[in-house]
Amino acid sequence: MALKIVKGSIDRMFDKNLQDLVRGIRNHKEDEAKYISTCIDEIKQELKQDNIAVKANAVCKLTYLQMLGYDVSWAAFNIVEVMSSSKFTYKRIGYLAASQCFHEGTDVIMLTTNQIRKDLSSPHQYDTGVALTGLSCFVTPDLARDLANDIMTLMSHTKPYIRKKAVLIMYKVFLKYPESLRPAFPRLKEKLEDPDPGTDAEPHLLCVQKLRILIEDSDQNLKYLGLLAMSKILKTHPKSVQSHKDLILQCLDDKDESIRLRALDLLYGMVSKKNLMEIVKKLMLHVDKAEGTTYRDELLTKIIDICSQSNYQYITNFEWYISILVELTRLEGTRHGHLIASQMLDVAIRVKAIRGFAVAQMATLLDNAHLLTGNTQRNGICEVLYAAAWICGEFSEHLEDPMQTLEAMLRPKVATLPGHIQAVYVQNAAKLFATVLRKHEGETDSQAAQETSQLLIDRLPLFVQSANLEVQERASCILQLVKYIQKLQQKNVEVAEEVTALFAGELNPVAPKAQKKVPIPEGLDLDAWINEPPSESESEDEKPKAVFTKEEHKHSRSRHTEVDEKELARRREVRKQEQANNPFYIKASPSSQKVYDAPGVEHIPVVQIDLSVPLKVPGMPTSDQYLKLEEERQQKEKAERKKKEKKKKREKRGKERKADSGPESEEDIRPAHQVDIVTEEMPENALPSDDDDKDPNDPHKALDIDLDKYVYSEKLPVRTHRPEVLKSPAEDRVNESIPQETKKRSGKEKKEKKKGKEKDRKIKPTVCWFPVQKSSKHKKKKQKKEKEEKEKKKKKRHHHHHHHSDAGGEDSVQNGTVEEEEPLPPMSNYSLLAENSYIKMVYDIQGNHQDESKVVVSVIFENKSDSFLKSMEFNVLDSLNSKLQRPEGAGPHDSLTVPFQLPPGVSNEARFVFSVQSIVMPQKLKGTLTFIVKSDESSTHEKLDFKLHFTCTSYLITTPCYSDAYAKLLESGDLKGSSLRLEGINMPFHHLLARICFHHHFSVVERIDSCASMYSRSIQGHHVCLLVKTSDQTVSIDAKCDEPSLLGNVLDEIKQTFSKC
Amino acid sequence: MIKAILIFNNHGKPRLIRFYQYFAEDMQQQIIRETFHLVSKRDDNVCNFLEGGSLIGGSDYKLIYRHYATLYFVFCVDSSESELGILDLIQVFVETLDKCFENVCELDLIFHMDKVHYILQEVVMGGMVLETNMNEIVAQVELQNRMEKSEVNQVI
Repeated sequence: MALKIVKGSIDRMFDKNLQDLVRGIRNHKEDEAKYISTCIDEIKQELKQDNIAVKANAVCKLTYLQMLGYDVSWAAFNIVEVMSSSKFTYKRIGYLAASQCFHEGTDVIMLTTNQIRKDLSSPHQYDTGVALTGLSCFVTPDLARDLANDIMTLMSHTKPYIRKKAVLIMYKVFLKYPESLRPAFPRLKEKLEDPDPGTDAEPHLLCVQKLRILIEDSDQNLKYLGLLAMSKILKTHPKSVQSHKDLILQCLDDKDESIRLRALDLLYGMVSKKNLMEIVKKLMLHVDKAEGTTYRDELLTKIIDICSQSNYQYITNFEWYISILVELTRLEGTRHGHLIASQMLDVAIRVKAIRGFAVAQMATLLDNAHLLTGNTQRNGICEVLYAAAWICGEFSEHLEDPMQTLEAMLRPKVATLPGHIQAVYVQNAAKLFATVLRKHEGETDSQAAQETSQLLIDRLPLFVQSANLEVQERASCILQLVKYIQKLQQKNVEVAEEVTALFAGELNPVAPKAQKKVPIPEGLDLDAWINEPPSESESEDEKPKAVFTKEEHKHSRSRHTEVDEKELARRREVRKQEQANNPFYIKASPSSQKVYDAPGVEHIPVVQIDLSVPLKVPGMPTSDQYLKLEEERQQKEKAERKKKEKKKKREKRGKERKADSGPESEEDIRPAHQVDIVTEEMPENALPSDDDDKDPNDPHKALDIDLDKYVYSEKLPVRTHRPEVLKSPAEDRVNESIPQETKKRSGKEKKEKKKGKEKDRKIKPTVCWFPVQKSSKHKKKKQKKEKEEKEKKKKKRHHHHHHHSDAGGEDSVQNGTVEEEEPLPPMSNYSLLAENSYIKMVYDIQGNHQDESKVVVSVIFENKSDSFLKSMEFNVLDSLNSKLQRPEGAGPHDSLTVPFQLPPGVSNEARFVFSVQSIVMPQKLKGTLTFIVKSDESSTHEKLDFKLHFTCTSYLITTPCYSDAYAKLLESGDLKGSSLRLEGINMPFHHLLARICFHHHFSVVERIDSCASMYSRSIQGHHVCLLVKTSDQTVSIDAKCDEPSLLGNVLDEIKQTFSKC
Repeated sequence: MIKAILIFNNHGKPRLIRFYQYFAEDMQQQIIRETFHLVSKRDDNVCNFLEGGSLIGGSDYKLIYRHYATLYFVFCVDSSESELGILDLIQVFVETLDKCFENVCELDLIFHMDKVHYILQEVVMGGMVLETNMNEIVAQVELQNRMEKSEVNQVI
């Protein structure tokens, strides 16, 4: 030992430490990468040494290299070794490294559970502290579940240092394992009132006037914070903030982008009907001035956000808004062309009154299209042409000169636009064509109509040649159509009506949630039969399969017979009534086109396009003119109101004077267009509730637990071994099917049942966990019995690392069974390893995709005796192919210490990692477990021999596969086939599939009647495909795999599984 | 919550990185580069808050940073943290470093990244503020260093 230490210290003298590494890197500025790679080689050598000091030093250096961007996850196992050092110095190096590079995908994390638990309960507070700190960074759902109880205990630690850390880390535990929140809550509440951990309460805050002083301050931080506080106050007291609009607009000129963005954000909340135009005008000025596209794009999105917020609530004049959008199209190089486009579409579709104006504007945009396509750099903005073309086409009846627009849309330059825009051009050219034809119909001279046809026939071939399939297809269809129409025209046949019919029907906007909001009308029973139900004899013939399915059949029969003809007729009537009232049903009566008659459109000057000034959109009204108009209008209204007020005042003279200086109330401002887009898009009787607005991706959603509902017996889960854990999904289904039967009796009962069911579900987590280790001493016998029962009944639940076997279980339900099939019998993957009068060992072998040469053997040790079992040592005689992974430095024959002791009656699980080379053959490894049996009087040394059987199945991992990928795989011809016949199989097909899924780690790709395709993959990536067919009691399995011997062995193992049944 | 703490110098060389949410190494480097790019182009007389980093967090997150001599200390935090609180915390952290290293300079951070981490661990844990009292932080750091020393002495 002494020699070892001396040798170690000498070694260390030659090793580089962190400082040497840093110095070295600084001295090798030219060939840093090369130098670091030699350093990594050295580190790899150091990690192979026995000396923990050398290892810790190496890991410390790796942490530094990680900062420089090097992936050091390959050393994860060594990091775990250093973490488990008994010395604080090394332990903290290990934990630091782990906290920097471990994450949920790190597979060795599962090996750390016991080490962390040991450190948490260490007598040295800094061991505990270091473990808590590390854990807070890499806690996984598994760790959270297994260690929640230990951390809970630490919340009452004697040292405030530990208490504080424990309370903080509980938050992480809750996030990863929300079930722990409820039982921990009372204690947590108590701890949060703990006076010791001093968390500063931050002083809140100041009135708006004071904030103004902050914002006017020269200190940029104060300015920023002032704006931030403003936005918080804005939510509660919008009026008081709005009066500081000037100041906030001023902040848009600040040199500091953070401040500008804050101000923008604030403006978003400040706009009202009254000031929207003014604010947007200011913002438009800033758009012009903005340097750098990022800020300008931010401004653009903010303008659109501000205007469109809460369904255009603050827009009083949509003509103005369309003009703003059109003005925004002159932005070069913006990324947000599509945003402007979608606004144009949205407004044009939803605000019917504005369509005429919008169409006129869009037509001008199309005419100016050359401005937009000239430069590929401006590509982003050409997206607006998508909207423009569609609007002009769809609402072409509003066009003054559809022929001109049609011509504009078929210019050769259009072919330089992106494909999806061209496609819209072509399609809408056809709509315009229809409009032009209709316009000229009835004229004696059909010259104009024929010219239009000719125009299309001339121009469309350009698009037929397009490389874009969509464009090509549409263009060639329409070209042929037009050619045909031209023929008819030449024969003087009236075609306009038929062509128009191609695009008939008005597009009505429907709110995205409209369907959901329609309440189920009274008297409508969604469960009622629409057609006559199948006759009794038929259903009997069909299959009286399982017990409870039959009952369900009976049930539904008895119910629908109650519905007589009269009732049906009544319901039909009700439904018709509903439909008549429902705006979403397309009614027979044609909707009347609203004719646009807003004042001011005629005056829009249509000026000759000025090609030399590309930055303006010529021929367009500027949004400013609306601002003026609006001001005038408001002035007028104000004047009128004042007149009225004067009258009133005169009447009220003598009474106190009304203070008139405050801002006018919102109600005073009447919109120029009466638009009620929201109610139009919603069903009349829509429900107001909006509970679906919650973000499904919110990580904190899991914590949405009602803590007030106190459940008396809740306890934190304690780590137990898996077979106890839970219910098979099949059993779950049985439970759920019971309320289903009773469900349909009466409304009230149904509701109650539902409530009950929900309760059940909430309590469930407590049912599945019960503390084994703690209560074991007192009630071991009772508990053991309980456990056995549970083991029989129940099956495991989520367990991260054993995920695939779970998936197998679930798959078997999802894929393998159909609703009416009977529940699956319980299954367990654990098989007996060895047993004597003291101890029983069961084991399961699992691989994972992350490492093609490793499998994990999970062994559950159960103490059957009345004595204490300790110092368990697990050893296996390695073969050339399969080796037990021993910690670095251990000899090839050293045994591994099982990291726990077993009190009487208790069981616990340990995992051992094995490395394997070839996986095509099954293998058996001999091994021995030695342990000390300690009773009150004596202790004896015992041993138990066992044989670990590595089946080929244990190298397979349940991997889902889509049927198309599966088909491709089979077609590839790389797989070799083999087959298997099983006779006398007397079990339902879905049970058979479930067994294969569960015991052999397959997943069902597709199932059709009594035939199913299945898939699995080995840890080394071999594909294994099965086609399982059954008829009578014979099952035939045709199998394919890229490794024939692996396949042969897997089939043998499947055969064995079923020979046991 | 604090999502990440980055310390880098005026040239963007990382001196300490501490992510409280997992990112692969190359992504971490990208984040450092982006953050450096965002922070370094700002004048010293503008505010210490910055929104709009695209790689980490998104709109709910902001960068709060301080610039000391050759080093940038950048905390990436979500909206639940108080801006002033974090600004203060950076100050506390730096003062603690100053006390532990006696007139801290960039070289101390370069050669003793591990020690800086250990100090930081007493200030922030798993992205949550643990301790803001400098004396308490220094006391805990020193106790642990003493423990380390006694272990070294044992071996010798």
